[in-house]
Amino acid sequence: MRDRRSAAARTAVDAAELGRRLREGDRTAAPAALNAIEDRSQAGRDRARALLHEISPAALGGEARAHLIGVTGPPGAGKSSLLSALVAAWRERGRSVAVLAVDPSSRRSGGALLGDRARIEHDPRDDGVLIRSTAAGSRLGGLAPPTREAVQVLAPAYEVVVVETVGVGQSETDVAEVCDTVAVVVQPGSGDVLQFLKAGIMEIPDVLVITKGDLGDVARRARRDLASALRALGARETPVVTVSSIPPPTGIDELVQALDAHRGVVDVKAARTSARRLAALAEFATEHGESGLRALGGRREALLLLEAQDAGLEVPRLVEALERAARQDG
Amino acid sequence: MSDAGGGRATRLEERDRPWVMRTYAGHSTARESNALYRKNLEKGQTGLSVAFDLPTQTGYDPDDELSRGEVGKVGVSIAHKGDMHTLLDGIPLDEMNTSMTINATAAWLLALYMTVAEENDVPVERLQGTTQNDIIKEFLSRGTYAFPPGPSMRLIADMIAFTVDAVPKWNPINICSYHLQEAGATPVQEIAYALSTAQAVLDAVRPQVDDETFPRVFGRMSFFVNAGIRFIEEHAKLRAMGQLWRELGRERYGVDDERFLRFRYGVQVNSLGLTESQPENNVIRIVLEALAVAMGRDARARAIQLPAWNEALGLPRPWDQQWSLRIQQILALETDILEYPDIFEGSNVMEGLVAELVEGAREEMAVVAEHGGAVEAVDYMKTQLVESHRARLAKIESGEQTVVGQNAFTTTEPSPLQQGEDGGILTVDPNVERDQIEAVRHWREQRDEPAVRAALDELRGAAEDDGVNVMPATLAAARAGATTGEWAGTLREVFGEYRAPTGVDSAAGADDAALEEVREKVERVSEALGRRLKVLVGKPGLDGHSNGAEQIALRARDAGMDVVYEGIRLTPSRIAATAVQEGVHVVGLSILSGSHRELIPEVLRELREAGADVPVVVGGIIPAADAEWLREAGVARVYTPKDFELTKSIDDIVDLVAERHGAAAAA
Ligand SMILES: Nc1nc2c(ncn2[C@@H]2O[C@H](COP(=O)(O)OP(=O)(O)OP(=O)(O)O)[C@@H](O)[C@H]2O)c(=O)[nH]1
Ligand SMILES: [Mg+2]
Repeated sequence: MRDRRSAAARTAVDAAELGRRLREGDRTAAPAALNAIEDRSQAGRDRARALLHEISPAALGGEARAHLIGVTGPPGAGKSSLLSALVAAWRERGRSVAVLAVDPSSRRSGGALLGDRARIEHDPRDDGVLIRSTAAGSRLGGLAPPTREAVQVLAPAYEVVVVETVGVGQSETDVAEVCDTVAVVVQPGSGDVLQFLKAGIMEIPDVLVITKGDLGDVARRARRDLASALRALGARETPVVTVSSIPPPTGIDELVQALDAHRGVVDVKAARTSARRLAALAEFATEHGESGLRALGGRREALLLLEAQDAGLEVPRLVEALERAARQDG
Repeated sequence: MSDAGGGRATRLEERDRPWVMRTYAGHSTARESNALYRKNLEKGQTGLSVAFDLPTQTGYDPDDELSRGEVGKVGVSIAHKGDMHTLLDGIPLDEMNTSMTINATAAWLLALYMTVAEENDVPVERLQGTTQNDIIKEFLSRGTYAFPPGPSMRLIADMIAFTVDAVPKWNPINICSYHLQEAGATPVQEIAYALSTAQAVLDAVRPQVDDETFPRVFGRMSFFVNAGIRFIEEHAKLRAMGQLWRELGRERYGVDDERFLRFRYGVQVNSLGLTESQPENNVIRIVLEALAVAMGRDARARAIQLPAWNEALGLPRPWDQQWSLRIQQILALETDILEYPDIFEGSNVMEGLVAELVEGAREEMAVVAEHGGAVEAVDYMKTQLVESHRARLAKIESGEQTVVGQNAFTTTEPSPLQQGEDGGILTVDPNVERDQIEAVRHWREQRDEPAVRAALDELRGAAEDDGVNVMPATLAAARAGATTGEWAGTLREVFGEYRAPTGVDSAAGADDAALEEVREKVERVSEALGRRLKVLVGKPGLDGHSNGAEQIALRARDAGMDVVYEGIRLTPSRIAATAVQEGVHVVGLSILSGSHRELIPEVLRELREAGADVPVVVGGIIPAADAEWLREAGVARVYTPKDFELTKSIDDIVDLVAERHGAAAAA
């Protein structure tokens, strides 16, 4: 009995220690912190709570410094190759970068082949770059809670945190819940993004990127089509950047600037507060399912309840608030 | 073939001349390989087949970080023209027919060969031989590429356009279906992907030469084919390839000169099917496979090289290679196969088989064409190969396909062939690497440095300009004394680097009862671990033979694990960084080049330094003595070709993880 308590106490200390190191910008703590966040056992959940507490806005004295960027688009659009070039560009500017690559495949076996990492060239000896692959798993739609928490864990220790997800029509909404800036990546000659934009199925992203600019005419045509669709939607301000990720890379500096510009105008505090609330909701729904949500009076009610909480509360505390309310109502 | 009676002649008036007989050989230094070649020629070999080491094949000097453990290992190390001089010392270049297994750096090695000829006053017009130079199959199977697809195809086109007049007897390219079969291709896939590759190459060269020259370009294209154990079907495959090739020449390229339309090919018979268990049986397999390419006159190989009986155990010794040469000599000189016209002419069975393959290949070629041709279809073809290979392995695992001595009739006497002091294989002197590093440094010190710099600048300029053929600048660099790493490094700066698709991302899932069981275990262990069991499958070093790694990665995924697989050519530091960043529970390393003794301890050290406390397992061609040695060095498990039941190995790995991570109860 005593043994077990001391073990639990030790993990709490470990987690708090990891959190403290992250808060101080110690990047070597990041992999272990990510392992802790992904751990769904009860002990693991306790560790995650202790960790997140250490990097809450209250502990940090404000929102984490990172620029949180979502990069999303159809399969094979060139997202990972683009990240290869972007990572290099950010490193040249002295910014540390973490990439969370989310694999969409959902298989009966439960396993996944995580292949994005292979496409993101970087110097393995450079500790300013971290890449972590995760499987979206069986969860349909939406980012899994561990991914949302992973973003929060990395935000104090890296200057740029990127989430790469696959899809069109829903994936940009998901990453928008988590990130400050959303870049949708389109390859020339594929009409789905254009159609989705026109039909209003897809929200207008903060930045549109056309990849494979080296293909020439098709890339120019894609750019024209997207620009005119944006005009028709009254969003002519949305930057459209054409890039080429294969050597010699082009358009990358322009894209870095477009992303920076958006970061300059976004209300970071509001974005992060909302991200935490939505993460709490996702976590609650994962733990307690539909019936849990019903006990709260539905998603909308749950969100209202969250909005009534202090803006600086970390996710586990928000989840606790939901659980308390569910117990009272149910 | 005249026959007074008007019917078909039964015998040739004159016995056919034998094919060119070669042995794929070379290791360590140029000096040792030269001695080996001279000896092989004395034994009756009629051509040379040069095996280069992986640094030479991928364009790195012996002193490069990536070359560690690989120098002189699977072939000879050639870093500059001095090495090439030594390699060819005393060999009459105007008479010799030399085949070089060289691809990404083919332009460079040909330039070195030409330079040696020039400096020995042999006119380059007289040079005969072949540079393999087929980059698409490197992306698909063999892994010794250096540059991205676009620039790689340009190098090939430049070489072909250059040699057609300057070295007219040279085969500048040998389109390889060989390695496609090694990667799991069915006969139809082998035919279709090889011919689609040939088409992509011809399309790339066409704009560079005039209409009069083009038929000669077509005529210089040759193939390098595989032959497996189903030797009747394999023979039909070669006839089918000949038929489709002729068709392609006539219809797509308007070639009508018969001389240029002939399907010319060399062969190495199958290595994939050679077993580690009861390895002596492999000799019989090799003989039968050789029959496939020797017995029918209308589709007979022009050059043959046979693997050695012990390839699944390690590197063959000269004696092992001699045995394979003797097989060829007995076939050609003792049997009667060279005395008859084509023995299958008029056979309904053969014609039927050929027709089936032709039809299948046409359909598959159309699919490749829909993807935009072979270059664009690399992803597609790779995925198809991974799937075929998996289907093949599954049949062997389930016993549906019999492999004598491996999944059937496994009771055996101990093999006396393996009982010598060397365990029946060749070990390369570990000092070779150190010596070669010193030698290349010395070479750089004594040469005319400004001349080398100027030549490399010119090379850079040529590479940057699509309108300039890179061969003249490459030759100038070779003459000036530049090194292999400098030539390739200059081009890498201009062309960029590349990682080929792994083909596993989109491969379909598999299932059976055994896998189902392992899957449940994975679920239990994952539950106990708190998160899904995650494995890193890594290929350290320059070795590009990725099929083992790919199959393990797929099987692990189908067993329910999260699998991180980054493809080939990873440095130990990259593997360690990935293991840490990804938070994996176990690291699996695959290595077939024989450099495990150098690379594995390095990976273990990097992992320790990075603070990754995870078990490491190793799979590959690993002699028993080395396996023991690796376990002592800290490797948790060693798997060799004997462990052909992948699901079993995966199950074993799950137990290992459970044990090491304190989740044993769950397993
Ligand atoms: N020509 C050209 N090809 C590119 C470029 N960027 C990517 N590609 C190719 O496009 C294919 C897909 O690239 P990835 O970067 O893996 O695309 P992705 O969007 O991350 O793919 P998923 O993660 O599988 O959805 C690869 O074959 C790349 O080589 C580019 O700028 N130009
Ligand atoms: Mg990707």
